[in-house]
Amino acid sequence: MKVAVCVKQIPDPAVPGELDPSTNTLNRDDKLILDESDSFGVELALQLVEAAGGGSVTLVSMAPRSEVSGLRTALAMGADDAVLVSDDALAGTDALGTAKVLGAALGRVEPDLILAGVESSDGYTGTVPEQIAGVMGIASVTFAKKIEASDGMLSIQRQTDDGYDEVTCPMPALVSVTGGVVEPRYPSFKGIMAAKKKPVDQVGIADLGIDASAVGFAGSRQETVAVVDAEAREAGEIVIDEGEGFQRIADFLAELKVI
Amino acid sequence: MITASSPFYTDEHHEFRESVRRFVAEEVTPNVHEWDMAGEIPRDLYYTAGAIGIFGDGFESEYGGHGRRDALLRLVMLQELSMAGSGGFLAALLSNYIGLSPIGRFGTDEIKAKVVAPCMTGDAISALAITEPSGGSDVARITTTARLDGDDYVVNGSKTFITSGMRADYLTVAVRTGGEGPAGISMLVIDGDSPGLSRTKLDKMGWLSSDTATLYFDDVRVPADQLLGEEGTGFSMIVNNFNAERIDMAAQSIAFSRVCFNEALAWARERSTFGRKLAEHQVIRHKLVEMDRRINADQAWCELLAWRLNQGDDPVAEIAELKVSATQAFEFCAREAAQILGGASYLRGDTVERLYREVRVQAIGGGSEEIMRDLASRQLGL
Ligand SMILES: Cc1cc2nc3c(=O)[nH]c(=O)nc-3n(C[C@H](O)[C@H](O)[C@H](O)COP(=O)(O)OP(=O)(O)OC[C@H]3O[C@@H](n4cnc5c(N)ncnc54)[C@H](O)[C@@H]3O)c2cc1C
Ligand SMILES: Cc1cc2nc3c(=O)[nH]c(=O)nc-3n(C[C@H](O)[C@H](O)[C@H](O)COP(=O)(O)OP(=O)(O)OC[C@H]3O[C@@H](n4cnc5c(N)ncnc54)[C@H](O)[C@@H]3O)c2cc1C
Repeated sequence: MKVAVCVKQIPDPAVPGELDPSTNTLNRDDKLILDESDSFGVELALQLVEAAGGGSVTLVSMAPRSEVSGLRTALAMGADDAVLVSDDALAGTDALGTAKVLGAALGRVEPDLILAGVESSDGYTGTVPEQIAGVMGIASVTFAKKIEASDGMLSIQRQTDDGYDEVTCPMPALVSVTGGVVEPRYPSFKGIMAAKKKPVDQVGIADLGIDASAVGFAGSRQETVAVVDAEAREAGEIVIDEGEGFQRIADFLAELKVI
Repeated sequence: MITASSPFYTDEHHEFRESVRRFVAEEVTPNVHEWDMAGEIPRDLYYTAGAIGIFGDGFESEYGGHGRRDALLRLVMLQELSMAGSGGFLAALLSNYIGLSPIGRFGTDEIKAKVVAPCMTGDAISALAITEPSGGSDVARITTTARLDGDDYVVNGSKTFITSGMRADYLTVAVRTGGEGPAGISMLVIDGDSPGLSRTKLDKMGWLSSDTATLYFDDVRVPADQLLGEEGTGFSMIVNNFNAERIDMAAQSIAFSRVCFNEALAWARERSTFGRKLAEHQVIRHKLVEMDRRINADQAWCELLAWRLNQGDDPVAEIAELKVSATQAFEFCAREAAQILGGASYLRGDTVERLYREVRVQAIGGGSEEIMRDLASRQLGL
């Protein structure tokens, strides 16, 4: 079974991020790391290939400056190889442009199954996976919490507010994976050493047959026009309990119509 | 540790650091107090640690090790594990290193396959037993005997203060096979389920989640092929082992000092007295700087010594000096952090309270402060 996983490499969320004031996009000059949202897809892919008794896991990522740090982490977890799309012309690409690029890269991999995160941790539009499926013309299932594959078919538990839907769909397909549904394995020392020798195929948009005018700031129909600070929260009301505190709490909850 | 930026570390050190850090944040730090109260760390933790490769430094890959020795990788790993602020957790997990090292270096292929391989994956646990009720500093005078009888050694005597002594599946034991003095000492691997071996648990001031035991050997029969190396070479194996154990303990002490500092800093920024944050009182600020200064100095020294070990150097005196320096800094930092936290540092469950109780064992175990100074002075030809 051949599984491809879309992995986004993002600025370290532990370090406060900065927006470029001229473009309103996130500053990505520092090292990028594996988006935690995608570590669940990597783990599921590894489990699916193990369950299938063979196959491969290929990572696909689009990132600036030929960044591979995040890919290395996923390779150290056990993925076999990676395709990295990096091109100066991609700066400013919006979600649809990203989907076109990733779709073209995924087309070259020819996987049975493509996994992606439901939404990334930095951009979190939550739209790229379905757009990739659209671009590639394959089925798409969202919010998966469990995936099984057999005889060219996928059985998927799709998370809902009340529980889950059971969905079946033929391969090839794209499935977005809900965060937290599996415990991503820790990269081991041996995995880290092995990852150094795993192939990362670095391609530009010309290799994918994509025209520069279709991507980047030039091709983006999505534009961040303004960024404003969120409204500061108002200070809460402090009630000193003089024996009547319980009544105030009850009144307050009644006002909120929760009791 | 927060000092990730250093000329000594490579990409793989950073990547391994990240992995261990995630393990510690997700599975260790939130639970160390509970484990202290339970008096043990969960058995499953050894499997996770094994899968990450936490036991593998210095062991051959055919037995599941890293296939190389890297003092800097080990430093990174130990310090990240130490950031959970629990010496007990660390001692329990890492008794494997002190127990297995002599086997990895001097054991036969058979004993390595039998003992090292399962310990690498977490399936088995190893402990080192040198100290005896009559004393730990003067290793050359141990009295536990092993007498050859046919194909077996017959062991009699006792060992005490043995970390993981209760749960260990294999014990690497210093025994006397010959006459008096260092030349009569050998190392023997003894199976935990051997008839005639009994164990009793010791209650301690700290390291609560690590079991510590006294072991009694009463005519315990051990296959003679479980002897490590030649008879009479045990003393040099012990000395060899101590060097690694000591830089490990120094690295841990530095990280524990850093935890004390972090706890104190966070509190000093949060807590107000006399209308100002604690950190705005000069006395408190100076305490914090003094802690930071000592931690940074020892950290730089420790990294340099780890690098020198990787170059094939054997800085015995400096490692002994570093252990003294780092454990004294830890003692200082635990004290100052406790002062800054005030009464909060006296409550069970508080990280500084735990570390405060773990200071002494760092300064006594693995070669006490006095013995370290003595060793360094002899190395310096004084
Ligand atoms: C105006 C604008 C300018 C931008 N400029 C830049 C820029 O200069 N440099 C830059 O790197 N990004 C830039 N981005 C963001 C980049 O294009 C995003 O990758 C894209 O918008 C995806 O959106 P998202 O993060 O919301 O993805 P989501 O739809 O929230 O992501 C869901 C999943 O899709 C997959 N996925 C998403 N993006 C990628 C990716 N890049 N590689 C692999 N898998 C992925 C992952 O599996 C992810 O979990 C810009 C975005 C906008 C809107
Ligand atoms: C929690 C814990 C875990 C341990 N785990 C292990 C383990 O796994 N395996 C193991 O083998 N041992 C273990 N030990 C034992 C430890 O290594 C010894 O406690 C240590 O070596 C000191 O030995 P001792 O306690 O017998 O003190 P002693 O040797 O009796 O010394 C007592 C004091 O006198 C000082 N002293 C001794 N000789 C001199 C001298 N010549 N000049 C000046 N001062 C001197 C010492 O520094 C010490 O302060 C552990 C100890 C503790 C507390």
